[in-house]
Amino acid sequence: MTRRLTWPHRWRMPRRWMPYLFISPFFVLFAAFGLFPLLFSIVLSLHNWDASAGLGAMQWAGLDNYVYALTRDDGLRASLFNTLWLALAGCVPQHLVALPLAYYLHTAFRRWRNGVVGLYFLPFITSTVAVSLVFSALFSKDFGAINAALRGLHELPLLGALFPSAPIDWDQAENTRWMIAIVVFWRYVGWNTVLYLSAIQTLPRDLFEAARVDGVSERQTFLHIVLPQLRPMIFFAVTLAIIGSLQLFEEPFILTSGTGGSGQAGKTVAMHLYTVAFTDGDFGTASAIAWLLFLLIAAATWLNNRLLGRQR
Amino acid sequence: MSTLLPTQAGSGRAVPLSGWRRRWPLPRVIGHAIVIAGALLMFAPFYLMMVFATHTNAEILSVPPPLWFGDALRDNLSLLLERLPFFWRNLGWSFYVAGAVTVLNLLLCSLAGHAFALLDFPGRDRLFAVVLATMLLPGFLGMVPTVLTMAWLGWLNEHKALIVPGACGALGIFMMRQYIGSTVPRELVDAARLDGCGEFGIFWRIVLPLTLPALGTLGLITFIGSWNNFMGPLVVIRDMDLYTVPLALRALQGSGQTPWGALCAGAAVAVLPLLLLFVVASRRLIDGLTAGAVK
Repeated sequence: MTRRLTWPHRWRMPRRWMPYLFISPFFVLFAAFGLFPLLFSIVLSLHNWDASAGLGAMQWAGLDNYVYALTRDDGLRASLFNTLWLALAGCVPQHLVALPLAYYLHTAFRRWRNGVVGLYFLPFITSTVAVSLVFSALFSKDFGAINAALRGLHELPLLGALFPSAPIDWDQAENTRWMIAIVVFWRYVGWNTVLYLSAIQTLPRDLFEAARVDGVSERQTFLHIVLPQLRPMIFFAVTLAIIGSLQLFEEPFILTSGTGGSGQAGKTVAMHLYTVAFTDGDFGTASAIAWLLFLLIAAATWLNNRLLGRQR
Repeated sequence: MSTLLPTQAGSGRAVPLSGWRRRWPLPRVIGHAIVIAGALLMFAPFYLMMVFATHTNAEILSVPPPLWFGDALRDNLSLLLERLPFFWRNLGWSFYVAGAVTVLNLLLCSLAGHAFALLDFPGRDRLFAVVLATMLLPGFLGMVPTVLTMAWLGWLNEHKALIVPGACGALGIFMMRQYIGSTVPRELVDAARLDGCGEFGIFWRIVLPLTLPALGTLGLITFIGSWNNFMGPLVVIRDMDLYTVPLALRALQGSGQTPWGALCAGAAVAVLPLLLLFVVASRRLIDGLTAGAVK
């Protein structure tokens, strides 16, 4: 019966070549659009080059681009500070909220769980550009919905004192970073919750049963039973957060209209890299910055591995 | 929590709490209120986006801002088309690029997944490790050299510069290998082989039909990723009539008074297809995205 399905024999490739044929698209594409650009970017970072003058105009510069970026590029220093600030302010709260939220969703929600998880997860899958543009409307100083909401909360009887009485100017240098951090939190807290929830769901049921029979309180169960079990997933989620937040680009780019905001307070390293390459046209320095950022990400991942990754 | 009741009954303190009070003790009510309020806050920007899309700029800039739908949607759309004359074409390009990337990924990733899961060949595990390792390379590293590569190929300002490099993602290969390895019965594949079915025939007639659920998930993830892609088109596409939707929306920024209503209408157009996909397939999408993490 299957005779019918096969190709004429002479058209057929020897069977031992088939696996390589099947996987070849990935490797061909990666060689052309992944590996080659990477190697070329190493070469670029070691040269001074005016791109409009053609390949012949490349001049060997050794490590000059790296030295320049590290010692004299004030933009890089400032953007590095912003990036690290955003990584901390955007990511730490995400995980501090996502962990207990996932646990609570697991223990206390049944029928509504999928719907609630869906709402928290939604920001993660929508277009960053579109939602960042909407947020730039919500963060407007005089007319924005966020300041209006804060004003409303300020007028509450008891809790009101916790909220600012004057509208916040989100375009001011010291507030711009908070604005970006809020959007980053909003976008990724659901993703982390989903990660932790799926890890909690793989824990054995007996664990929860035993804790309940022994009269362990919910809080104790979470802190002393569930958290240690989640260690591998915390490590994984924090690794993703480090890698993602150090290359943060789209949210700050849109929220500051591509400028970095007043005083460049919202400019990240990836944005600086973009400006150096495509506004200043300095591909050599931009490539050097890209590799320095890569080293930073590698170092942060390694450090995280030392701190969280080890099973003790 | 509430389920301590059997012990209470056993110790002779059987207090007949009503069903409602037993299931909703105060801490739980507060917990639920916080979690649900948080979920609504998560959704609020989408809601306000849709509300603002139906209001004029003057209404949006009033204090307090409108919280219910207005009737200016038509005006906002025509204002949007005034600022972005090619918006519908941009939308078409977005569908075209995301659709092409998705179809190519479904085909090429499952072919590679088939080879890595079902075939034995020298170097298989090492090559698969290479595939996984490429996932660790951050995107910005390639930003500058990829533009130059595209310039040399003459692909600048052309959509194939967005489609071809993304045609076979490592994540897709990983997903398909896991799924094919765990669901396709080896006996079936061996039997087909004994009957003389070619390897591509096995892939097309046996493996593909059995992996439809995974293909659905991979298709969703790929489509959404490509639809939202901003940095790729930002550095490669120059002409406004060739923009994809994220680029077009970004062009609304700057240059005088921002038309907030039109901007929100445009953002809604960019987000609505994803919202619809999400309503239909959220469970599958979430499971697919986290599957790799849990294993």
